[in-house]
Parts: sequence; C-alpha cells; structure tokens
Amino acid sequence: MDSSEIKQLRVLANKARMGAILGTYHAKSGHPGGSLSAADIFTYLYFKEMNVDPQVPQWEDRDRFVLSKGHCCPSLYAVLALKGFFDWDELTSLRHVGAMLQGHPDMKGTPGIDMSTGSLGQGVSAACGMALAGKLDNKDYRVYTVLGDGEVEEGQVWEAAMFASHHKLDNLVVIVDQNGLQIDGPVAEVGGIEPLDKKFEAFGFEVIKIDGHDFEQIKDALDRAKTVKGKPTAILAKTVKGKGVSFMENQVGWHGVAPNKEQYEAATAELQAENDRLEGKC
Amino acid sequence: MAESILKATRESFGEALCELAETNKDIVVFDADLAAATKTSTFQKAHPDRFFDCGIAEGNMIGVAAGMAAAGKIPVAASFAMFATGRAFEQIRNSVAYPELNVKIAGSHAGISTGEDGATHQCIEDIAIMRAIPGMMVLNPADHWEMKAATKAALEHNGPVYIRLGRLAIPSFNDPETYEFTLGKGITLHEGNDVAVIATGLVVNEALKAVKELEAEGINARLINIHTIKPIDRDIIIKAASETGRIITVEEHNIVGGLADAVSEVVTEECPVKITRIGVKDVFGYSGPAWELLDKFELTQPHIAKVIREVVNK
Repeated sequence: MDSSEIKQLRVLANKARMGAILGTYHAKSGHPGGSLSAADIFTYLYFKEMNVDPQVPQWEDRDRFVLSKGHCCPSLYAVLALKGFFDWDELTSLRHVGAMLQGHPDMKGTPGIDMSTGSLGQGVSAACGMALAGKLDNKDYRVYTVLGDGEVEEGQVWEAAMFASHHKLDNLVVIVDQNGLQIDGPVAEVGGIEPLDKKFEAFGFEVIKIDGHDFEQIKDALDRAKTVKGKPTAILAKTVKGKGVSFMENQVGWHGVAPNKEQYEAATAELQAENDRLEGKC
Repeated sequence: MAESILKATRESFGEALCELAETNKDIVVFDADLAAATKTSTFQKAHPDRFFDCGIAEGNMIGVAAGMAAAGKIPVAASFAMFATGRAFEQIRNSVAYPELNVKIAGSHAGISTGEDGATHQCIEDIAIMRAIPGMMVLNPADHWEMKAATKAALEHNGPVYIRLGRLAIPSFNDPETYEFTLGKGITLHEGNDVAVIATGLVVNEALKAVKELEAEGINARLINIHTIKPIDRDIIIKAASETGRIITVEEHNIVGGLADAVSEVVTEECPVKITRIGVKDVFGYSGPAWELLDKFELTQPHIAKVIREVVNK
C-alpha cells in the first residue's frame, strides 16, 4: 500500500467513526466504544480485503463477514453504507421502531450482513459453518469474523476454535478486537483471558499479533493468513476502545452508552477536524 | 394393510435422511458424538463426505449448522432432545430461528421411554422449549411411516424445524398404502363423538389401542394424531371440541408446555371445553426399562382407556 491508499483508508475509517457516533446519538443507545475500536478493521476488510458486491449482496461466491461481537454494528453499518450497501441516512434511524438497522446485525433485513449476531460466542460458529460449506463446494471464498476480547470468555468460542482447526478451515480468519475493556471493567480483571495467543496456538491456529489501528499491519496479517494452509488464522488486534474520540478512549463507561447532544457535537467536531486534517483542509 | 414394523423412530429418521440425501446433494448432517444413538450413523455410512461429527459441543454444532444454511446447505443437526433443545436452546433461538435459517434439528431419546439412563437424559420439555420460539416448526411423528414422511416434509420445507425422535422400538400402525402426511394437518385415526382424544408421538398407538378397546363397551372416542405440534391444526381441534364437548390430550412430555397447552390455547380461544391431560405430570423421570416407565407414568393403553372411561361416564 502506498501512502495515498493508507490516507484514503484513514479517511474512510474516520467517516465510519462519525457514522457510529451519528447512529448511537440518534438511537440514544448502542455501543460506541467497541464500534470505534474495530472501525479500522472493518474499513480495511470491506475496502481492501473482501471480495463483495454491494449491488449483489447475496452473491454466492462473495467473501463472508460475521460480526461475532454484534453490538459493535454501528461502525460496521457505517462502513457498509460507505461501501454502497445502503444509504448513509439509514444511520439516523438506527434502533428506531421499523428501522432497517437493528440494535444487533440482522441478516434478513440489512443488505451486506451475512449473519444475524448479538448473542456473544455464536457468530464464530456460524463463520465456521460458512467456511466448511465453502470447502465442501470447492469454492475459494474466505470467511472473516471479528470477536471482542471479552467475548472469548464464552465457551462456545473455544468449541468453535476446536472445530475450525479440526476441520482445517484455512479459509477462516478470526480477528479479536483486543480493546481490553468489557462492560464490568478491564478484561484482565473480569475474565482473565490471557495468554490469548498461546490459547489460540494450542487450539491449532496460526496466530498473528498486530496493532489493530495500523493499516499496514492489518494488511500484512490478512495477506499472511492467505498463505497459511491446513489451519485457521487468529489475528489478535490490539486496539483502543473509543479510538478517535478523545473523551471516549480507554473509558469502560463508553462501552454501551450513547453520546448526548453535547457529547455528540464534541465527538463529531473532533472527528471532523481529523477528517479535515487527513484531507489537507487545514 | 401392510404388516406392522417394530422400529424406533430414530431408525426411521436415519433411513429417511439417507434416502433423501441420494437425490438432494445439499443435505449435510451434523451430530454431537451420538451418531450411533441418534442413527445419523446410517447417513454417515452412506454419505461420509456430508457428515460432520462436531464432538460433544452442541452449541457450536447448531451455530455451524446455521452458517452452513446461510451458505445454502440444508443442515440437519442431531443430538439427544435434552442436549439439542436444552444445552443449545439459545443457539437455536438466535442463530437459527431468528434469521429463519433452513436448519433441521433432530432431538432423539425424547421422553421417559429413553429408559435406563434416567432423568438427566429423559427430555420432557423439548416440545415446550421449541414451541416457544417464533417461527419454529415442531414435529413429533408417531411411527415408522410417519417419521419417514415427516423427515421428507421437514427437509422439503424451507425454514427451521424441530423433529422429535424416540429411542424405543414401537410397532407401526399407519398403512403405508394409504398414509398421507401433510405438515400442520392432524389425522383422525378413529371416529367418535363421546370424547376427543388428541395424542402425539409414541403414545398415539397406545391411545389407538385404548379407543378400539372401548368400542366393545359402547364408548365411541374420536382419536386425533397431532404429528405437527406447531403450527397446530386448529380446525381439527375446534371441530373435535364442538362435536364432542370434551377433550383428553395424551403425550410423552410434561403436561406443562406441550401438546396439552397447545390444544388448550386453541380451545380456550375458539370453543372452551374441559380438557383432561395425560402426560408426565410435572415431575422428573427415573431409571428403568422403557415400557415399565411408560406404565408407571400411566401412558399405556390400560391407563389411557381408564381415563377415557372416567371422562365419558362422568
């Protein structure tokens, strides 16, 4: 990637963050913290990595994405809107009665959503099923899933991890958004998930550790995952919860609380300033 | 009529899966280390490339099946009814039923006729659990022929289905020459207007023997077989309630949440009549040979006949 491509990704990810703030503000609820931490990963996946067609969301040979940490959909919705799956304006009715954008991803109602998720631990199993179906049909599509680091406390994640390596699902990439915080506090205090790299290694995964906000590292990890044969890949992406909005960064309280009007305006102004900086307007 | 076949519905299910998969290449089967018991092993032998043992991890099995369905396959996920609907309830609810994915869930060893394994393995709540999930179709076939037809219909239906299988070998009573299965349609097995007996699953044959026994005593009981518990055949129940004025439900399931409640829901809305519930009376089972347990829990012919007699003669 050259610097202009990276800059373009940064602009898109910044817009996705603005979308997450816009959506949760209008919803008066939702999960800004994890939406912001995963925004760079979503952006890279949809704009550089995945073979998808916004005009034909159900295209059967497409790469699949499962947001196992379904509550972080506000920034995913923003990325899908930026990619052209639906109008940006949908974000302003997030979580409203009758709206297309549900509080957690709904594959029936939202173009671009490949699996309904929200109950933690379940998406990764569905991703395994999609990957296995691809193997069975000799298709070369790949399946990506993003989990939270609190989410890996769910036993089902490890049932799925066993399954993925047992069935040699090298078309599956599990990305853990390691923002270090969950609702009740720091993951290190609540759940005790470490050493996560050794756990995934022991479960038969190729493990790659990256900075989840560094597009070159995201690219390198996903490129490397394509060369791994006979086993799935886990990318452990270190991130900052609330990334991009200074007063939300590393604050556990921003896990599942929407910004009020003042906070919305402050967050949007900060992200807009970053946008202007990236686009060289100031 | 063809000779009666003594066979557990789990075996009929395994056979049907195998046959249907010959022509339908999208069918894939999952089990959770119980293939020999649920009889998905029959499928495994015939189609090893489309069979996946998920190990003892039911939640993941249901999730994987959901992902497979999202990619266009027709997955069947089997385990004991207890673990499929109990352990993996939430995976069925959120990963299968909510997205309306085309997954078939087979719960074997349902009811107390599971026998010697005892209460931990005798699922008497599966119908209640599955019935409470929006959009979930719930099937409880009563003999070999009905299970084969129901399995075919379930796999041809596009959407989530729960199908209940039994461990115990039971005699078939349907005639394959004339038998017709339609999803959501009850079957009147015996005409009569003194009382309507509405039964499901393994105990339908016991109820059939009971109503035939009572003919000699001049009691004309109607017997309806409800193989599809959800969506239930409202018309046949309303007609039975209005024409007989008295209903007895018979099921190898807790009397809470199963057939009794499904029938009550229809009757109380449309044509209130008294309902007498034969089933497991909100208690856990225990170890013992299946037929001895069915007798202890008063689910066999003599007990059903006794209740019918009491209801009619009251």
